[in-house]
Amino acid sequence: MSFLARFLRSPEGVAGLLLLACLLAMALLAPVLFPRDPLSIVGRPLIPPFADWSLPLGTDRLGRDVLAGLMHGARTSLLVGISAAVVALAAGAVIGTLAGFAAGWLDEALMRVVDAFQIVPPFLLALAFVSVVGASLPVIVLAIALGAWTGAARLARAEVLSIRERDYVAAARVIGMHPLEIAFKEVLPNALPPVLALTSVIVAGAVLTEAALSFLGLGDPNTVTWGSMIAEGRNVLRTAPFLSIVPGLGLVLTVLGVYLLGEGLVEALARKRRRQ
Amino acid sequence: MNRALKLVGRRAVSSIPVLLIVVVGTFFLLELASGDAVDAYLVSLGGGDAELARSLRESYGLDRSPLHRLWLYTSSLARLDLGWSVAFNRPILDLILERLPNTLWLMGSATAMAFALGTLLGILAGARPGSAADRVLSIGSLALYAVPSFWLGLVLSLIFAVQLRWFPTAGIETIASGKTGLDRALDISRHLVLPVCALGFIYLALFLRMMRAGMAEVWRQDFVLAARAKGLARSRIVLSHVARNALLPLVTMLGLQAATMLGGSVVIESVFAIPGFGRLAHEAVAARDAPLLMGIIVSSAVLVVLVNLLVDLAYAALDPRVGAGEPAS
Repeated sequence: MSFLARFLRSPEGVAGLLLLACLLAMALLAPVLFPRDPLSIVGRPLIPPFADWSLPLGTDRLGRDVLAGLMHGARTSLLVGISAAVVALAAGAVIGTLAGFAAGWLDEALMRVVDAFQIVPPFLLALAFVSVVGASLPVIVLAIALGAWTGAARLARAEVLSIRERDYVAAARVIGMHPLEIAFKEVLPNALPPVLALTSVIVAGAVLTEAALSFLGLGDPNTVTWGSMIAEGRNVLRTAPFLSIVPGLGLVLTVLGVYLLGEGLVEALARKRRRQ
Repeated sequence: MNRALKLVGRRAVSSIPVLLIVVVGTFFLLELASGDAVDAYLVSLGGGDAELARSLRESYGLDRSPLHRLWLYTSSLARLDLGWSVAFNRPILDLILERLPNTLWLMGSATAMAFALGTLLGILAGARPGSAADRVLSIGSLALYAVPSFWLGLVLSLIFAVQLRWFPTAGIETIASGKTGLDRALDISRHLVLPVCALGFIYLALFLRMMRAGMAEVWRQDFVLAARAKGLARSRIVLSHVARNALLPLVTMLGLQAATMLGGSVVIESVFAIPGFGRLAHEAVAARDAPLLMGIIVSSAVLVVLVNLLVDLAYAALDPRVGAGEPAS
């Protein structure tokens, strides 16, 4: 049975895949269906949903199209979530491999840095970083990755410590490969699988952190995000609760989709191992 | 007890270099900022001449080199002096100590709620893996785990404060109510119900899932089979054999989550307008008060270290193997 077939047998995985496929479609279609800047004013303020069919979800306090904001917001959320996870996993894998392979003082020093990052609340770190460097999407991605790479580094190091003793590493040493070449060409690829299992948790965390940052007004002011839509809607929470609730549901579905997909993948991998 | 004290001593000593890294790292991070506290202060005044800016920089020591200022900062930290907040015009340590109790109440109650309910529901789900209760709780907790805390806070306050009027919408206590003693405590706890739920639910889901997964693991072990073969009642096996062994990783998680929860309280305190430590962080960012932000980051790191020491103590009390022999890595 192929991996795909095994994956399709887990209901969680399929549900997650469908959810994420819908969100991805929203994100990709946003510039096609709503080519105008989603921050531009298109009508009267606070048109309720389903009242005007040219603006199916109505408008916000400033008369901006809510549906266009939602679709463009999906773009930002997925983009930031995935890029932050890629940066965090790459940094964590490289630093963890270095620490595990070098051993001695370099290992000790790198692990103390990991400890230091772990005792600072990740959200405070992101807040400080964004406020110092200035809010833009790349900065936000970096800020989130700063608080998320330590788990990957610890896992990679633990994995490298056991791989380091294998025969093929000794063989690579004997044929005179440079230690850095051994670390990154022979050891790192084999240490990756357990590290990659962290992907879903990191992506989900990154989506939530980005939303919280932009909710506090520290997002990129030139892009629509679900967090900033919730913050905007909060001003009229009593009269138009819809404006904050709907983007929040978008966040819930995104994070849920990521978790479900992750569970499905883990389950499929576990089944494979059980069969072997 | 001696064993536990040794453990704590060792941990405390080993956390000093880590805290130093935090101090140096934060210092250089904030050094990246364009503009300093004097610029922010002059903007708030509506402008000022170059001479005033120069003399202010001199009085705050901002005209020295970064390394010199790092040295000054670290040595005053050793004397528990966190410096002066330009935005609030008060000593930073006073500000932090004034705000911290509110946050500790919030975090403490959220942790207690999440831990108690999470383990309880986790035991319920893990008692019979694969049962209907297990399915419902697993899916429910996964959904809850995906909810952003600040949005949950808004929805909760919309339902329970705006619509039903059961709880107040914001603040930590009724302003100028003149309440004292038990009345005041009740007033504060009424204000804390919604923020505690908003902050704690995600951890409740986490603890539930960990407990359930841990129990599913323990069910497969031989000693459970032995307990069954002995003819022990199922409830007894569930509680004193399976759940008990699955509880230890949750205690570890308690320490690991301390930092994340402190970060989460920044947003929750902003949503519910609670004058706590997290809201202070947001105010420091808004006022571009770098020394205050620095003080907040350093003291939050110290707080996380302290929480972890407490967790270590709890762990040592629960598991007699910890710290008994050679130092465990």
